[in-house]
Amino acid sequence: MTATVLARVRRLPRPRPGRVGVIVAGTVLAATVLACLLAPVLWPLDQSAVDLARTRLAPSPAHPAGTDDLGRDVAHRSLYGLRVSLLVGVVAALVAAVIGGAVGALAGTLGGWVDRALMRLVDTIAALPHLLLGIFIVAMLRPSLGAVMLSIGLTHWLSTARIVRSELLSLRHRPFVDAAVSGGAGRVRVLTRHLLPHVLPRLALATTLMIPHAVWHETALSFLGLGLPPHLASLGNMINDGRASLLTGAWWASLTPGLVLIVVTLALATLTARWRDRLDPRVRAELQL
Amino acid sequence: MTAPTRTRRRLAEAGRVARRRLLVAVPVLAATSAGMFALGAASPVDPAQQYAGAAAFTTSEENLAQIRANWGVDDPLPVQYARWVGNLLRGDLGWSTSRHEPVADVLAARAGWTLLLVGAALAVVLVASLLLGTLAAYRRGGWFDRALRTSAYAIQSVPVFWLGLAAIAVFALSLGWLPAGGLTDVTATRTDPADVARHLILPVGVLALSQAPWFVLFIRDSVADSLRDDHVLAARARGLPGRTVLFGHALRTGLLPFLTLIGTHLPELVGGAVLVETVFSLPGLGAVTVQAALGSDFPLLAATTLATTVVVLTANLATDLAYAAADPRVRLE
Repeated sequence: MTATVLARVRRLPRPRPGRVGVIVAGTVLAATVLACLLAPVLWPLDQSAVDLARTRLAPSPAHPAGTDDLGRDVAHRSLYGLRVSLLVGVVAALVAAVIGGAVGALAGTLGGWVDRALMRLVDTIAALPHLLLGIFIVAMLRPSLGAVMLSIGLTHWLSTARIVRSELLSLRHRPFVDAAVSGGAGRVRVLTRHLLPHVLPRLALATTLMIPHAVWHETALSFLGLGLPPHLASLGNMINDGRASLLTGAWWASLTPGLVLIVVTLALATLTARWRDRLDPRVRAELQL
Repeated sequence: MTAPTRTRRRLAEAGRVARRRLLVAVPVLAATSAGMFALGAASPVDPAQQYAGAAAFTTSEENLAQIRANWGVDDPLPVQYARWVGNLLRGDLGWSTSRHEPVADVLAARAGWTLLLVGAALAVVLVASLLLGTLAAYRRGGWFDRALRTSAYAIQSVPVFWLGLAAIAVFALSLGWLPAGGLTDVTATRTDPADVARHLILPVGVLALSQAPWFVLFIRDSVADSLRDDHVLAARARGLPGRTVLFGHALRTGLLPFLTLIGTHLPELVGGAVLVETVFSLPGLGAVTVQAALGSDFPLLAATTLATTVVVLTANLATDLAYAAADPRVRLE
């Protein structure tokens, strides 16, 4: 029974974005990526520079998002924080895709007890509090960029494994697989040449859907002080720094990094939701009804 | 088949499922603890120096060597692991190097507050999502439904710690209605329940709000689905009043999968509690876990992570059994 209920729980509704939403999200995301790529050229930032004569300045034309309690421009640092968050998000999602893809492929092609054991493992790990596991991994590896990426990748591969496995199971008995097998193709060849190309779009989608989660996870870890070293800008670090200035009335120090995070992850989620709808005929049929 | 026989059979089924889950849980816990121990052993922190703290710089090498020998940290890893697990099983959770007190004492002093926070937030989420979700489903497509869904999607993308800071900025600093953090007033000499309740309003509200979207959307869709079911149609055709049909028939069938959603969402709730406790400086397990992580305090960190894992696995089993108990159609595997 659990399997069917879980399938239902996992099929939770997500927004079905309209055309306007997709255009806005696409523009926001394109501008973000461009700004992140060009930032070191157009707006170089000295991460360790402080300006104690300009601490906690309210937003003004010179500092559109104000300055923090070390006199650093919040808007400028938010851009650099976003770069780090997106980089961690993408790399962690790729790590998760590799682990999840390998586990899903093993379970889906071998079947039998391997499949049952692996899926039981996936179900059980999914029931573990992954933020706590992530905290543990980072703490033991010592906080750094690589530790954060690894910790997120190691705790976020489960849905990818499930998706790859179920895709493979539905493909296994298709005629083209039988044809390949009767043509003398071995297990590895069937998997790599015939099955994987069919799974790839799903895998890519699952990986993209994972990026916003990974970004949130990264900001949560940095917020707790378990991410980058404090002087390097990261959205989570900045929101945490802003806690102290918040109590002295400087509310803007946490505001902008949070807003940037929300807008960019919403844009990413909107675009991937659209992509998923296009890929999934069942959802499309529901849409047309 | 008579009713008592059926009950007995279902109880036996439930017992079998519980036993099988326990059989799975043991290797999972063993693997988790071994993985954690391996990571802890690979960590570059020297426990003896950490134990000594600042004194490590002035203590003689012999003293540090003595501490190492006492703790056996230079023994082979499997020996250390076996000793650690043996101690855990005997109820000795070890010595917290960052707080300088037994881990068991830390857990005993802190766990209650976290349970209170998570329990209160879960209660708020359940009541609010049942009410709002059912109302939205009843008038689906209407302005309330659309407003609720839009805000749910928006809240889903707001990190809980930022939500907490925003709540502090508005309700504690601008309006001055509620305290900004802590569990009691700074001037308080003892824990007064009314004072604690006032301090918990914001953290519980923030944690509940951040988790509510999943539950509200789930109830909304679940009830909207069952409103189209035959038994609801039949109840309507018999002329039962709208409210009876909605709450007595549609919501009731929609409720069952909800139990499983609660089970699958507990890990999220625990993660949220860690962040909320940090934002509001609450003395719970989450805050202590973060401090232990920052101080590379392996015994405490491992204990909190393992303890939470056990609690979550148990709660998952409980929700599955409750699901089977609530719905006679469900067959336990």
